[in-house]
Amino acid sequence: MGEKEKAKSTRKKKVPQWAKFFPDFIIERDSEKCINCRICVKECSYGAHIWNAKKKELSEDHTKCVGCHRCEAMCPTRAIVIRRNPSDFREHAVWTPWFIKNVYKQADQGGVLLTSTGCTIPFRSYFDHLVLDACQVTNPPIDPLREPMELRTYLGPKPDALEVEAAGEGRFRLKRPLPRQIKLEVPIMFAAMSYGAISLHVHQGLARAARDLGTLYNTGEGGLHASLYEFGGNTIVQCASGRFGLHVDYLKAGVAIEIKIGQGAKPGIGGHLPGEKVTEEISKTRMIPVGSDAISPAPHHDIYSIEDLRGLIFALKEATEYQKLVFVKIAAVHNVAAIASGIVRAGADAVVIDGLKGGTGAAPTMFRDYIGIPIELAVAAVDQRLREEGIRNWASVIASGGIRCSADVIKLIALGADAVYIGTPALIACGCTMCQHCFTGKCPWGIATNHPELIKRLPPEVAYEKIYNLVHGWAHEMKEMLGAMGLNSIESLRGNRDKLRAVGLTETEMKILGVKHAGE
Amino acid sequence: MKDISGCGLSGVIHRKGELIPGEVIIKSICCQEERGNGLGAGFAAYGIYPDLADYYALHVMADHRKALEDVEELLAHRTYMAHEEPIPTRRTPGIEDPPLFKRYFVKPKYEGETRQLCEGTEDEDDYMVSLVMEINTRIEGAYVISSGKNMGAFKGVGFPHQIAEFFRIEEYQAYIWTAHNRFPTNTPGWWGGAHPFTILDWSIVHNGEISSYGTNRRYLEMFGYHCTLLTDTEVVAYLLDLLIRRHRLPIEVACMALAPPFWQEIDRMPQEERELATAVRTVYGAAMLNGPFAILFAYNGGLVGLNDRVKLRPLVAAEKGDMVYMASEEAAIRAICPDPDRVWAPKAGEPVIVELEPGSIPNQRSYLRGPGEKTGAAVCRYPG
Ligand code: SF4
Ligand code: SF4
Repeated sequence: MGEKEKAKSTRKKKVPQWAKFFPDFIIERDSEKCINCRICVKECSYGAHIWNAKKKELSEDHTKCVGCHRCEAMCPTRAIVIRRNPSDFREHAVWTPWFIKNVYKQADQGGVLLTSTGCTIPFRSYFDHLVLDACQVTNPPIDPLREPMELRTYLGPKPDALEVEAAGEGRFRLKRPLPRQIKLEVPIMFAAMSYGAISLHVHQGLARAARDLGTLYNTGEGGLHASLYEFGGNTIVQCASGRFGLHVDYLKAGVAIEIKIGQGAKPGIGGHLPGEKVTEEISKTRMIPVGSDAISPAPHHDIYSIEDLRGLIFALKEATEYQKLVFVKIAAVHNVAAIASGIVRAGADAVVIDGLKGGTGAAPTMFRDYIGIPIELAVAAVDQRLREEGIRNWASVIASGGIRCSADVIKLIALGADAVYIGTPALIACGCTMCQHCFTGKCPWGIATNHPELIKRLPPEVAYEKIYNLVHGWAHEMKEMLGAMGLNSIESLRGNRDKLRAVGLTETEMKILGVKHAGE
Repeated sequence: MKDISGCGLSGVIHRKGELIPGEVIIKSICCQEERGNGLGAGFAAYGIYPDLADYYALHVMADHRKALEDVEELLAHRTYMAHEEPIPTRRTPGIEDPPLFKRYFVKPKYEGETRQLCEGTEDEDDYMVSLVMEINTRIEGAYVISSGKNMGAFKGVGFPHQIAEFFRIEEYQAYIWTAHNRFPTNTPGWWGGAHPFTILDWSIVHNGEISSYGTNRRYLEMFGYHCTLLTDTEVVAYLLDLLIRRHRLPIEVACMALAPPFWQEIDRMPQEERELATAVRTVYGAAMLNGPFAILFAYNGGLVGLNDRVKLRPLVAAEKGDMVYMASEEAAIRAICPDPDRVWAPKAGEPVIVELEPGSIPNQRSYLRGPGEKTGAAVCRYPG
C-alpha cells in the first residue's frame, strides 16, 4: 500500500459516522432465558445478532437492527425483545429525532434518503373523520347471513343507456352486447407489486387468492413469471415506463393491461429495482441481465401528452385485438380530477388513482412523505368531475393508497370508487411488520426479497392462505356494513355519499368530499 | 302491526278509459287511515282536463304571491299559455295556512330560446323537464307538483280525507287514480314533500325508504334531474322518466332495473335472459332502488305496481271486469270493490303493469313493447 493511500484510508477510518451512534432500536436479550441456540443469528438478515465462536457468546449490533421483530418472533424461549431506543435527544418540537437522524445519515453518506411502504407523516386521515350510517326502525337492516348480499362488481366502460328489443313472449334481449367487462366477486383487487420487489412466492399466493376470491391481482412492472400464466383470468399485467418483461404474450396473458403513469408513493419518478435483487429468475422475467439495476424512467418516453397516452392505449388494444381492458394508473396529485378526465377521454377503460399513502418497495423518503394528495379527497374530486362532465360511465374508477380495513373500502366506494386495490394489507397479511426496509432486499420475513434462503420463509401456500383469509374477512365485514345501511347490493353504495358523515372536518373538506357533518 | 313506519297506497284504473269518480279513491285511501299520521296525503288523477288535453298542466305550489309572479314571468317567456286558474280549494277544518295553488296549461315556446335541451334533443317533453327543474331549483318558494298532460297531482299536509276535502277531489273524475297516505319518518311534514311525486305525466306514490337515495340522486344529476323536494321518492319519478321515456326501455326492463333479480338468480337464467339481466344491472346499477318499497306509478295510459327485490312492503292487486286495483292492503280494495274476480299478491320485484286498451284516450302512451304484448303500439313521444 502506498503512503498516500494509507493516509487516505486511515483518515477515512477516523471520520465518525453519526448515524451509527444512535440506533433506532435496542435488542434486549434476556440471558436467563437465552439458550444460545443461535436461531436469531440465522434469522436476522441484517447481521444484528453476532455469535462469537471463540467465546461462545452472543452479542448484538443495535445499529443494524431495523425493527422487523423477526428474531423476537422466532426465538424459541422468547428471550428477545426489540425496543425503541429509550435514549432521548433533548426534546425539541421542530428538531425531532427523525429529522436529526436523517441529517446525520445524509451527512455520513451523501445521497438521497431511501425508504419503503407509504407516507408516515400524520396528515389528516379522512377515513378517520368519516362515519357510516345504519338503519334504525324506519328501514330494516339486512342480515347477510340470512339474505343475499351482493358485492359483485363489473369493471369496464358502460354505455349510458341499453338498447333492448322484443324477443317474443314478453321477453326482451339486448340489441347489441355490452362492451367488454371484467367481473369481480369482491371489489378488492391486489395492487401492482412487481416480481422482484416482492418474492415469487408472494406473487403465487396473490394469484391463487385472486382466483379463489374471484378478483384480480396485478403483476406490477416486473413481467410475469412463467409459473403464473395459468392465472391469466385473474391477472392485470402492467406496462410501466421501463417496459420490463413486456412482450405480446405477456400483454395477452391477463384480462387487463395497466399503463402505469405514476404511483402514490412516488409521484413523478419511476421505479428502481437495485441490482442485488436481480437474480437469475428475475433477469429472465424482466428480460434484463443478472445483477443490473432495473431503472424505469420517470416518464414514459413515448407519452409526453394526453394524445400520446391515447396512442399507447390504442396501441395496446390493437396488439391484443381489443380483447383486453386498458387501465391507466396515476398518482393522486393536485390536479387529479382534470387529469383523470383526460385519461377517460383518451379511451382508458378504468382509471386507477393511487393516493398519498400508497406503499412502495423503494422510494426516496421526500417523495413518499410529501408528494401527492390523500386518496379520499382525490376519489371524491375525480368522481364528481367525471359526473359533471357526464363521462362517469365511460370508465371505472379504482382507488388505492392507504386502505387499512374494510371500512376504508366501504368509504371509498361511497365516495365514488368502483373498486379498490390493496397492497400493504396483503403484505401485512403475509407477516410484514412494516419495518420499512423493503428497499434493502433483505426482508427477514421473506416478502420483499429474492434471496433464495429468505424467500423460503414464506411458502406460496402460506401467502395464499393468509391473503385469502384477509379478503374473505373484509368481504364479510363489508356485507355486514351494507346490510346495516339497509342495502343488499354494492352498487347502491357506489357514490352514495349520503351514507357518510364527517366528524370534525372543515367546510372546504366537506365540500370536496361531498358529505355533510355528523348531526346534519 | 309492528311496523308502523309505512304508508298507505291505493290505485285504480279502468282499462277502457272510463272515468272513475273521485269518491272511489277517497274511500279506498281513507280506509287505510292507520297507515298515516296526518302529515301528508295526496292524489293523482288522469283524464281530468279533457278540454285542454294537449297542454301540459302545471300544478304549481307557492309559499307566497311573489313566487307565483316569478313563475308566471318565466312561463310567459318560455311557454304559450292557453289557460291559467287557481286550483279550486275549500276551507277545511284542520288545514291551516295552506300554500297557494295555481294551474297553468302551457306548451313549450322555443322562440328566442336556445334549443339546448337535455341530451340535445328537441323533444317537447325534455323541454318541460328542464323548465320544471328550473322552477324548482331557481324560484324560491315555488314548486311544480305536477306537469303532465290531462292529469294532475293534489297533495299536502293532512289526513287523506282532509286533503280530499281541501282540493275538492270528489269533483274530479279520472280513468286512473292513485292516492297516498303518508307516515313521514325521515323528512319533515311539508306540502311539497307529500306524495305523489311527478314529472311530466309520471306520478309516483311510494311506501318505503330508499336506502340508495344518494346513489340514485347523483346518477340522475348526470342526466339533468335535480332533486329539490327533500324526499327520496322524487328520484323514482325521475328514474322512470329517464329509463322509460328517454332511454326507451320497455317498462318491464325498467322495472327490472329498479328492482333487479339477485346475481344468484341471474346466474341460473338461460343465456339470452342472463345477458340482458347482467347488462341491466351493470349499466343501471345506480338506478336500483335499494331498501323496502312498494310503489304505484301511473302515466297517460297505464298503472304499474312494483315491490322491492325482497318484498319488504305490502302490495295487493285485484281485478274486477275492466277495473284493476292495487293497494297496500286488501281491505282498501274491498272497501271499493267488495267481490273482485281475482285478488293476488305480486311477487318481489315483479311488476304489475296495466295499460289502457289502445286508442282509449287522447295522447295515450304505451310503454309495453313487442308484438307479444298486444297493446304494443309504438311509444308516442309526440302525442296527438
Ligand atoms: S433486524 Fe429484525 S431480526 Fe435483526 S435484530 Fe432487528 S428485529 Fe431482530
Ligand atoms: S415487506 Fe419485509 S422489509 Fe418490507 S416492511 Fe414488510 S417486513 Fe419490512
